[in-house]
Amino acid sequence: MLYILLLIISLALSVQSHSFHQSKFFNSSNWITGSLYQTSFNITSYFDLKEENNKLVEDNKKLRQALYNIGIKDTVAMDTTAINYKVISGQVIKNSYSNNRNYITINKGKKDSIKQDMGVITDKGILGIIENTSSKYASVQSVLNQHSNINAKIKNTDHFGSLIWNAKGYATVQLIDIPRLVPLTIGDTIVTGAMSSIFPENIPIGTIKEFNLDTSKSFYTIDVTLFNDMTNLKNIYIIVNPNRKEILELEKETITNDQH
Amino acid sequence: MINTNFFINILRFTLLVLVQVIVFNRLNFFGFINPMVYILFLYWFPIKENRVAFIGLSFLLGLSIDFFSDTMAFHAAATATIAYLRPAIMRFVFGINLEFQSFKLGNATKAQQITFLALLIIVHHFVFFTLEIFSFSNMLLILKKVFATGLATLILCMLFNTLFSVEKE
Repeated sequence: MLYILLLIISLALSVQSHSFHQSKFFNSSNWITGSLYQTSFNITSYFDLKEENNKLVEDNKKLRQALYNIGIKDTVAMDTTAINYKVISGQVIKNSYSNNRNYITINKGKKDSIKQDMGVITDKGILGIIENTSSKYASVQSVLNQHSNINAKIKNTDHFGSLIWNAKGYATVQLIDIPRLVPLTIGDTIVTGAMSSIFPENIPIGTIKEFNLDTSKSFYTIDVTLFNDMTNLKNIYIIVNPNRKEILELEKETITNDQH
Repeated sequence: MINTNFFINILRFTLLVLVQVIVFNRLNFFGFINPMVYILFLYWFPIKENRVAFIGLSFLLGLSIDFFSDTMAFHAAATATIAYLRPAIMRFVFGINLEFQSFKLGNATKAQQITFLALLIIVHHFVFFTLEIFSFSNMLLILKKVFATGLATLILCMLFNTLFSVEKE
């Protein structure tokens, strides 16, 4: 039966998706889908230009304020080996937030030296991690994805946990594995932690909306309201950590040495 | 039998995929309702065509939607399922009328047409959301999504159906 065969094929493809990484082939960053979304983005992007410009001006204002308060240095470091993070800008050409596994497509790809497992943020906060790339496009695993698992901590402390999503609502994500001895207050800010080689430390994520102890009664499960409005995304920044390879190699080496 | 019918179906296929991915996948009504109007392809497809080709085409249709919406092959599985079940559903809805040589979808009563469409949508959405959510503890969430999205799909499909009536006499 053809039907049974096709059903098995589709189920096989779907089961594959339950593993850690999305299939290399079936994603919206490939050439056909990417260029269709780009065309549609080129047309629709005019409609909210004004609003987007205001956002960018606001962001510039904030950055300048921060810059003037640090005091401008008279020389800018040009030595690229000393730089910890590089930032590449891009635009969202396909957004999704109503599924259980949401992927966002952006218009930067291998050609712009985007690779898998780079962090993606907006001016307000964290967005996701690069999952797949084609030459001109990349798909991003959004924080609103059941596979998403990002290191996060409570601002100004070093208590860290994992940021996950329970697929209930696009405005909140969950922070788990925070020990119960940590004092928490509703409204506290959650930022990215230092344990990840993907995101720099202290990128804003959201604020605490509600917290409860989990079933083991020793860890908190915290509902976090995102700073980002996930339904309205356009300009994004991709964070490149040139040291990531070195960190990963070191970690791998340590583990292999440990086993001997 | 490569004739106008063939080209109409190809055109329908392309247009429905485009409309689905560019317009309806971005609707996000109430934050989660994305009607799946491409099911109309299966509703409009000629009854007496080759069954294997029909199932194959439906699978391809689902797969192309999957490409665009990063949903692996959930759409493909759901669409192949309703393509397979379509004859059974038709027998259930239209009964003996189906046996007549002159049977056309346009000739059936409004109630029969709507029931046929609704059954296609319910089965499709149920398979799709079950695969997508993939946990029995979230049964309530599945049912909520099936019901809400199904209703939106049904209303939109009926509107489209009146707009682009296949065989108007």
